[in-house]
Amino acid sequence: MGMMDIDNEDLALVETICGGLPLDPRPYHVLGERIGLSEDDVIKRLQNMIESGVIRRFGVIVQHRRLGYTANGMSVWNIPDERVREIGERMGHFPYVTLCYHRPRNLPEWPYNLFAMVHGSDRDTVQAQVNELANELELLDVEHDVLFSRRQFKQCGARYGNKRRGVHEQCKFD
Amino acid sequence: MNNVNSIELDQTDRTIINVLQGGFPICAHPYAQVAKDLGLEEDDLIARLQRLKECGALSRFGPMYHAERLGGGLTLAAMKVAEDDFERVNEIVNAFPEVAHNYARDHEFSMWFVLATETPQRIQETLAEIETATGIKVYDMPKSEEFFIGLRLEL
Repeated sequence: MGMMDIDNEDLALVETICGGLPLDPRPYHVLGERIGLSEDDVIKRLQNMIESGVIRRFGVIVQHRRLGYTANGMSVWNIPDERVREIGERMGHFPYVTLCYHRPRNLPEWPYNLFAMVHGSDRDTVQAQVNELANELELLDVEHDVLFSRRQFKQCGARYGNKRRGVHEQCKFD
Repeated sequence: MNNVNSIELDQTDRTIINVLQGGFPICAHPYAQVAKDLGLEEDDLIARLQRLKECGALSRFGPMYHAERLGGGLTLAAMKVAEDDFERVNEIVNAFPEVAHNYARDHEFSMWFVLATETPQRIQETLAEIETATGIKVYDMPKSEEFFIGLRLEL
């Protein structure tokens, strides 16, 4: 996919917002001042980026671990290709599923093609939720597994920004 | 919720987080608008958000981008790393600035990381560089289709 209609001002805005939205009564005014845009222009650009899907969400993302969701399991499923979309969409409706993707198998070692991230207060809870997914979606006969996380080493985010101006900002990305 | 690292939140904090996980207004006085909807004062809302950020309850506040639509590349990669080799490989992998998240998981495929690059073609180059640097095969698992990206948990 191309760059959509992103221009240099949009990229400057993306960069300056990387550290988070300012906790100021007029956050968009503050952002605009940093990069020489008016508050109205900042608001318009952000709205455009949301409409075009460049920004997929605008709000807060919680740090699961710090809020008691200390276990996370990546549930992986070997779903027949023709059913993967239907099952994936249904899985996304369960409240404890935070991400759900179709990914290619890496045969023979990796037979799974559907990934659903499941969060809970402990491993038993996560396992019970995965069992519930299998039950409710009638996937008990489908090969599946849960990969529990042991440690998280790095969550610094992705790089975005304007290479042309030599700016390499680290933006968090989930 | 008996984890030592857990943070104590009161009901107002929970409400704020639950509402803002669903979105944040883009208008001249967004905090005032949210505060009004929740029956709070604007400065109280800002002070609470400040505290929630500082104590690490929020991992981010602002936009979440669609990497590909910003012109970048994104993939999930996995490696089979032996337990006694994990530290060595982990250090090498995390030194790559393109590695955004890296999780150790209980499985033969024990290392899982997200790669985010400035251009799509950098994905394959970076995967090859990681293979060379570690001597271990990297499995590329890019998304074929996305069904749900909520990243929301009711508190």
